[in-house]
Amino acid sequence: MSCAFSAVTMAQPNPLTTNRLSTYAIKLPPFLGSTRKLRPHSLSKSLPSPSKSLRSSTSSVSDVVKELKSNLLITKEEGLELYEDMILGRAFEDMCAQMYYRGKMFGFVHLYNGQEAVSTGFIKLLKKDDCVVSTYRDHVHALSKGVTARAVMSELFGKTTGCCRGQGGSMHMFDKEHNVLGGFAFIGEGIPVATGAAFTSLYKRNVLKEAGGNTVTLAFFGDGTCNNGQFYECLNMAALWKLPIVFVVENNLWAIGMSHLRATSDPEIWKKAPAFGMPGVHVDGMDVLKVREVAKESILRARRGEGPTLVECETYRFRGHSLADPDELRDPAEKAHYAKRDPIAAMKKYMIENKLVNESELKAIEKKIDEVVEDAVEFADESPLPPRSQLLGNVFADPKGFGIAPDGTYRCEDPKFTQGTAHV
Amino acid sequence: MLALLRRQINFGAISSSGLDRSLHRFWFNGSRGFAAAAKEMTVRDALNSALDEEMSADPKVFIMGEEVGEYQGAYKVTKGLLEKYGPDRVLDTPITEAGFAGIGVGAAYYGLKPVIEFMTFNFSMQAIDHIINSAAKSNYMSSGQISVPIVFRGPNGAAAGVGAQHSQCFAAWYGSCPGLKVLTPYSSEDARGLLKAAIRDPDPVVFLENELMYGQSFPVSAEALDSSFCIPIGKAKIEREGKDVTITAFSKMVGYALQAAEALAKEGISAEVINLRSIRPLDRATINASVRKTNRLVTVEEGLPQHVIEESFGYLDAPVERIAGADVPMPYAANLERMALPQIEDIVRAAKRACYRSVPMAAAA
Repeated sequence: MSCAFSAVTMAQPNPLTTNRLSTYAIKLPPFLGSTRKLRPHSLSKSLPSPSKSLRSSTSSVSDVVKELKSNLLITKEEGLELYEDMILGRAFEDMCAQMYYRGKMFGFVHLYNGQEAVSTGFIKLLKKDDCVVSTYRDHVHALSKGVTARAVMSELFGKTTGCCRGQGGSMHMFDKEHNVLGGFAFIGEGIPVATGAAFTSLYKRNVLKEAGGNTVTLAFFGDGTCNNGQFYECLNMAALWKLPIVFVVENNLWAIGMSHLRATSDPEIWKKAPAFGMPGVHVDGMDVLKVREVAKESILRARRGEGPTLVECETYRFRGHSLADPDELRDPAEKAHYAKRDPIAAMKKYMIENKLVNESELKAIEKKIDEVVEDAVEFADESPLPPRSQLLGNVFADPKGFGIAPDGTYRCEDPKFTQGTAHV
Repeated sequence: MLALLRRQINFGAISSSGLDRSLHRFWFNGSRGFAAAAKEMTVRDALNSALDEEMSADPKVFIMGEEVGEYQGAYKVTKGLLEKYGPDRVLDTPITEAGFAGIGVGAAYYGLKPVIEFMTFNFSMQAIDHIINSAAKSNYMSSGQISVPIVFRGPNGAAAGVGAQHSQCFAAWYGSCPGLKVLTPYSSEDARGLLKAAIRDPDPVVFLENELMYGQSFPVSAEALDSSFCIPIGKAKIEREGKDVTITAFSKMVGYALQAAEALAKEGISAEVINLRSIRPLDRATINASVRKTNRLVTVEEGLPQHVIEESFGYLDAPVERIAGADVPMPYAANLERMALPQIEDIVRAAKRACYRSVPMAAAA
C-alpha cells in the first residue's frame, strides 16, 4: 500500500510479520499540533519539536498541492460539495447558538464550530448504509451523513417532527435510515457501539452471506476519550478480528477545562494504535483535503477487509465545550492560532487560487445554506410539541413489556394506555 | 376539633417566611452571600464550605474528579479549593470514571479519605463495579479488617432538558446495595451537615445532590455554620408538622412536597412533610411514628418507588400513595420531561385521595 503524500504522517507497520517496534522507531514524524509553544505553562517536555516548514504555513492545503506535483486533489463538483457541507455545519451551529440564547433550545448543546473539516472530510466519502457513531457533539455528523437540517433542528427544539421525535435531544441524534447510530452523552460509549456495528457488517458477509455487505463504520470521539478504558478494549478487539471500522479522534486539545496535555501521559494518540497492531495516522484536522485523503485510504482499507485504522485529527473547537461553558481556561493566543486555520477559509482560498470556482459560486452556496437553515428554524418553530401519548411509547419495542394490568389483559392493549402516566 | 385544624402550621426550627422566600426563588441562582445579618446560604456554598472545613481539619481528605480543580468544579461546588489546598489534594482526572473511582477505593483501603466527584451520577455507571464490588462489599468480605471511608458525591436526578443519559435518579438503585450508605440532602443545612458526616464516616457513602438545588438559598442557623456541625446519618427530619397525611420525600421533591402542603392547607388538609435525608439507612421509626399519627401516607420521588410501611400497616386508613417518575427514560422535549417527573399538582391530588378528599372537615365550619 503506497502513501504518496508526505504532508501526512503515517506510522504504519506492515502486516504483523515484521517487527512492529523497529518500523515505529525508524521514523519519528513531527507532531503537527503541539501546543507546547502555545501554552506558556506546558507540563509536557517530551514532545518532539514540530517540523518548522509545516508548522509555519497557515494555509497548509497549498503545501499538499506543491508536494504532490500532480493534479488537484478534487474536482470542481467535489469541491463544491465539500464546501457546501462545511458551510451547512457552520451556519447550523451558529443558528443553534442563537436559538439557545433565545430559549428555543435548552439543556446541553455542544457546538462543532471549527471542526467541520473532520466531519466533511470523512463522512462525505461514505455510502448510505455505512454507519456513523458519534458523541454529544453530533449535530454536524448527522447533517453530513444526510439527516435533514429540518429534522435536526426540530429535534433540538424538542418537537415531534425531530429525528427522534423530541425524545433524544441535542446529544442523542439517532437516524436509522441514514445509519446514524447516535449521539451518546458518555464519552467512550459510542466506541463499543461502533465496533459492534462493524462486527455486524463482517458477520453479515461471512455468516449470513448477504450480498452487498462491506459497510464501514466510523467512530468519532475526542481526545479525552483516549484515556478511557473502553477505547483500548475496542482497539484491541477491532484489530484482533479485523473489523471494518475507522476510529477517528477529533483531538481538539481540550475536554471541557482539562487540557489534553494535563490528562494524558503520552499525548500523541496516533501512537497508541501500533501497540494494537493497526496503523495510526496523524493528520491536520483543520484541512479538509488532507483529512479526505487519509479518510479515503482508511475507508478503503476497512472495505477491503484489512482491518481498522486509528486516525488522529488535530483540530480545534472555536466555541466553548458547550453553550454553558464560559471557556475561560483556554489561551486566547491558542484560539487565535487556530482561528487563522479556519477550515472553511482555507478551502475557499484553495478553490479560488486553483481556479476551481469563482467567488460568486461560493456566495451562492452560502446564500442557499442560509435559506436552508432559516427554513429549518421556521419548520421547527411551527412543528407541534410531542403529544402526551408519546411519553409511554417506545420504551420497549414490544410494548407487552409494560406488563399485565390488574384486569388480566396486557396494559398496552388498553386503548387508553398511553394517555395516562402510570397510575397517578 | 375544627379549631385544631385551623391552627397555624408549625414549622419547627425554620421560620416559615424564610422557607417561603427561598422556595419562591426556585429558578434564580440564589444569593451567594451568607452575611452575618442574612444567614442564608446556597446549597452550593454549603457543600463548598463543608468540603473546605473537612479538608482543613483532616489532611487525609482529598478530592478527585473531573474538572474539580482548574475549572473550579463542573457545577462550581469545589470552587477555590485548588488554590487553597493545591494540586496534591484536589486532583483533576482524565475522563475515566472506572479508573479514578477504583483509585479512590484503593486509597481508602490503605488509609486515606477520598471524596470522589462524579460529574453526574449517571457517569457513576461507568464506575459501578468499584462502588459496589470494591467499596460496598469490602468491610464484609474482609470481616471488618478493611473499611472504606470514601464518599462518592455528585448531582443526581433530572436537571432541565439534559436528556435520558443525564437525568436518572439513582436513589433507589444505590439504596438497594448492602454496604453503602446513601444520603440525599435537601436544604443547605442538610448539605453541610450530611457531607461533613459522610466524610467523617468510616463507610462508603453515596452522596446524591441535585443540580437544580445548587443555586437555591436557605437560611442556616449559627449552629449549622460551626465547623463541627454534623447531622446524624439515618435520621429523617420533619420539615412541616401536620395531622392528616404524611408526605415523605427527599432532595428536590421535598421542596415540591412543601409547596403541595401549602396548597393542601388552603383546602383544610394538614400535611406532615418528612425530609428523609438518608435513603440508606432509612429512618423507619420517624416515618412509622408519623403514619401512626396521621394514618395516611404519600411517598414522592423522581425515580423508582421504595416501600417502607409493613410495620404500620394496621394504622393506615387509606392505601399508601406512591408518587414516582414515569416508568420511562427521561425524554428531552420540555413538555414530555415535565410529564415524566412528579409535579406539585400530583402530590396534592394524591394527598387528597389518601384523605378521601376529606375537605369537608374545613368546609363544614
